[in-house]
Amino acid sequence: MCLAIPARVIELLDDSGALVDIGGVRKEISLGLVDGVGVGDYVIVHVGYALARLDEEEAARTLALFAEMSALETAEAGHAD
Amino acid sequence: MSAVKQDYIRPVDFKHGRVDLTHGSGGRAMAQLIDELFLHVFDNEWLRQMNDQASFSVPAGRMVMATDAHVISPLFFPGGDIGCLSVHGTVNDVAMAGARPLYLSASFILEEGFPLADLRRIVESMGRAAQAAGVPIVTGDTKVVEQGKADGVFITTTGVGVVPAGVDISGDRARPGDIILVSGTLGDHGVAVMSKRENLGFETAIESDTAALHGLVAAMLDAVPGIHCLRDPTRGGLATTLNELARQSGVGINIRETAIPLRTEVGAACEFLGLDPLYVANEGKLVAICAAADADALLAAMRGHPLGMSAAIIGEVRQDANCFVEMETAFGGRRVVDWLTGEQLPRIC
Amino acid sequence: MPIKYVDEFRDGRLARRLAEKIAAAVRPGRGYRFMEFCGGHTHAISRYGLQDLLPPEIRLIHGPGCPVCVLPIARIDTAVALARQPGVILASYADMMRVPGSKGMSLIKAKAAGADVRMVYSVTDVLRLARENPEREVVFFAIGFETTTPPTALLIKQAAQSGIENLSVFCNHVLTPPALRGILDAPHPGEGLALDGVIGPSHVSAVIGTRPYEFVATEYGRPVAIAGFEPLDVMQAVLMLVQQANAGRAEVENEYVRAVTPDGNAKAQALMEEVFELHERFEWRGLGWLPASARRLCGAYAAFDAERRFAVEAAVVPDHKACECGAILRGIKRPQECKVFGTVCTPDNPIGSCMVSSEGACAAHYSYGRFRDQMAVNA
Repeated sequence: MCLAIPARVIELLDDSGALVDIGGVRKEISLGLVDGVGVGDYVIVHVGYALARLDEEEAARTLALFAEMSALETAEAGHAD
Repeated sequence: MSAVKQDYIRPVDFKHGRVDLTHGSGGRAMAQLIDELFLHVFDNEWLRQMNDQASFSVPAGRMVMATDAHVISPLFFPGGDIGCLSVHGTVNDVAMAGARPLYLSASFILEEGFPLADLRRIVESMGRAAQAAGVPIVTGDTKVVEQGKADGVFITTTGVGVVPAGVDISGDRARPGDIILVSGTLGDHGVAVMSKRENLGFETAIESDTAALHGLVAAMLDAVPGIHCLRDPTRGGLATTLNELARQSGVGINIRETAIPLRTEVGAACEFLGLDPLYVANEGKLVAICAAADADALLAAMRGHPLGMSAAIIGEVRQDANCFVEMETAFGGRRVVDWLTGEQLPRIC
Repeated sequence: MPIKYVDEFRDGRLARRLAEKIAAAVRPGRGYRFMEFCGGHTHAISRYGLQDLLPPEIRLIHGPGCPVCVLPIARIDTAVALARQPGVILASYADMMRVPGSKGMSLIKAKAAGADVRMVYSVTDVLRLARENPEREVVFFAIGFETTTPPTALLIKQAAQSGIENLSVFCNHVLTPPALRGILDAPHPGEGLALDGVIGPSHVSAVIGTRPYEFVATEYGRPVAIAGFEPLDVMQAVLMLVQQANAGRAEVENEYVRAVTPDGNAKAQALMEEVFELHERFEWRGLGWLPASARRLCGAYAAFDAERRFAVEAAVVPDHKACECGAILRGIKRPQECKVFGTVCTPDNPIGSCMVSSEGACAAHYSYGRFRDQMAVNA
C-alpha cells in the first residue's frame, strides 16, 4: 500500500534475511513473506519485509508502454475508447 | 624503601575512568580534569591565564553573538561528533550574519558515569575543529549531573564576531526578484545521524557534512558584499529555513526540485525511511539570497570555494502576502513546501 | 546513479505526454471522479503535484486508505492506557506517535509524561525489544492494511515458536475490500455517491491480488485500475479509468503488473489466515461500523492478544461535531468545505481523522494544496 520501495537483493542471509541495495543504500530485510527470491532479484520492501518480487519483464513492458506513448503525436490520441 | 615522589598526583584515567560527581564539585578532581583535558587540548593564551573569564579587545564594528546547545544523540556519527558539531554550529551562526567569528566559549554538562575515553575523544575533536576554524575556545565551564539526567554530555557553545562595514545581512531583507542559492547537497547530516540511531541500521557512504562555513562566507562577501540573507538550514532542513526567511521578509518563494543538489544515496535513504530531504538537517551548508544582478558572481564565488563546489541556484523570491514557499516538482506539478509539523519521524504509509 | 524501477517511473517528460493523452481522452463537459484509496497514492499526488497535470474534468478523491486516519479515538486511548500499564513497553510505528486521542493525549505526550513508548521501524525491532527486556511486557501497537498485516503475523508466529511470552499485540489491522464496500454502500441522504472509478492500492494488491476487487465492478458497476505508486503509475491508471468510463466498461485492470498478480502473495495470505480471524464488525473513524473489516488473533495465537492480557476498557468516543471527515472520506465534501478546516483543525491540532496523518485528505490539502485556495480567493 504505502511506502514500499523496490530494492535489489545483493546477498542472502540466515533466517530468511537478505541484504538489499537501493541507490547505494544497504539494509537488511526479511524474505520471510516471499519464496524463490535470489541474489540479483528486485523485491518490494515494506517495513523491513519483502512483499513481492518485482517482475522485471513486466516492469520493462510498462516502461516500454510509456516510452512508446511518448513517441506518439498528441493529435493521434483522439477520443480513446 | 624508595622515596615517595613529591606532589605526585595520579593522572586522570582516560582509558577506563568515568565521570563522577567529584568532577563537578569545584574541587581538586574537577581542577585536574580541566587541566589534563580541556586546558591541555584547547590550549591558548586565554585559557593559560586560568581565570573564570577571558578578556580580549574587539576590532571596531558591529558585534555579533550567537549561542547553541547541543544535545544530539548519538554522540558519534559518520563524519563527526557532538564536539566538532558544537564548534561548527556556533561558528556558523556567527558567520551567517556576515561576521568574522573571533572567540568561542564552551560549557559542558556531563552525566555521571560517562566514559572519560569518550569525553576525551569529543574534546579532542572540538580542539581540532576550533584550530582548523581559527577560532579559539577561550573560556568554559563544567558541571556534572546525576546518572540519567543527561544524555552522556550536553555542550553549549557561544561565539562572538564582528561584522565588516558595509555588510547588512538579515532574514528580513529578501525582496521580490531576488535569487536563492544553496551551497551544496542537502540532507547529508540528518541521514548520516539517522543511520546510526538504534533502529535504522543501514550501511551507506553518507557522512555528516558538518563544517565551519565562515571561510566560505568571507569568499562570498568578497564577491558580493551586498548579500541580503544568509542562513544555515539545520534542524528542520531547507524547508524550514525558507519558510522562516519568507515570513521574516514578508515575501513568497519559488524553488525548483530539479535544481536542488541531492546525493543519490541520501535520496535513496530518504525514500527508504519516508523522509522528505527538504526537511532533513544540514550542518555544513548555507542558503543565500541576493539581488538578481549579483547571482552569477555569487554562484561563482561559492563554487570556487571547497565547501561550495556543488552550489546551485534553486529559485527566486516573489511577491506573496501569504508567504508561501512553492516548489515546482521534478514531475512538473506544483506543491507548497510547508512548515514542518511536529518532529519528522519515519513513515510507514 | 539513478534508483532503478523508481526514477524511470518519475520521468517528467513522460508525465507531460501522459497528461496530454489524458486531456485528449476526457469527454468535454463530463466529470470523472476517481477515488484513490491508498495513502501512498494520496502522498504521491500531493508530493508531485499531479492534480496540476490532470485536466479539470478529473477530480481525485482521497479515500480512507490511511490506517492511521481510520483508527477511532477510542483505540488510541486504549493504546495510551496500555502504555501506562506498569512494566509495559509500548512499541509503535512512527505514524501513530503523534495522533491525538481523547483530551489531546497522544503516545508521544504519554511518553513525555513517563510512559515507556518506543518507536519501531519494523516488527523485528519488537521481537528484539521483547528478548532484551525479559522482565518487561512488550506490547506492539499493530496498525495497517494488508501490507503491514503479514509482518505482524510473522512476528506472532516467531514469538510462539521461540517461546517468547512477554510479548503481546494490540491488533488494529484492517481490510481493504470491506472498506471499499463501506464507501460504495454509503447511503447519503439527498446525494448519491458519484464515483466513476477506483484507483486501487499498490501494495495491498501485491499481497491480496486483483481478484478481491472484482465485486466493485460486478456488484457496483465501477471500474478499478490498480496502480503502482510512482506518479507515472498513477497517471496511467487514471488514463485507464477514463477509457473504461468512456466506454461504459467496469473491469478490474492492473497497471502495476510488475508487482501485482491476480492471486497475490499466497504465502503472506496463508500466514494471515493462520494467525488472524475477523471481528464481526469494527469501528472505522469517519465510516462507522463495517462488518468483517478488521482482524484479531485467533486459536493458539489469541494468547498474544493484548486486549485479553490486559484489562482495558473498550469505550466509544464520538468524533467532534463539526468534523466532516465522514463526508470527505466518501468524496462528498472537500477539505476546504469543512467549517473547521485550517482554523481549529490543522496538522498540529487535528480534530478528525482526515487531518491526523499526512496522508489524510485534509492534511494533504493543507500541506500541499491550500495555497491554491488562497490564490483563488485572492484572484
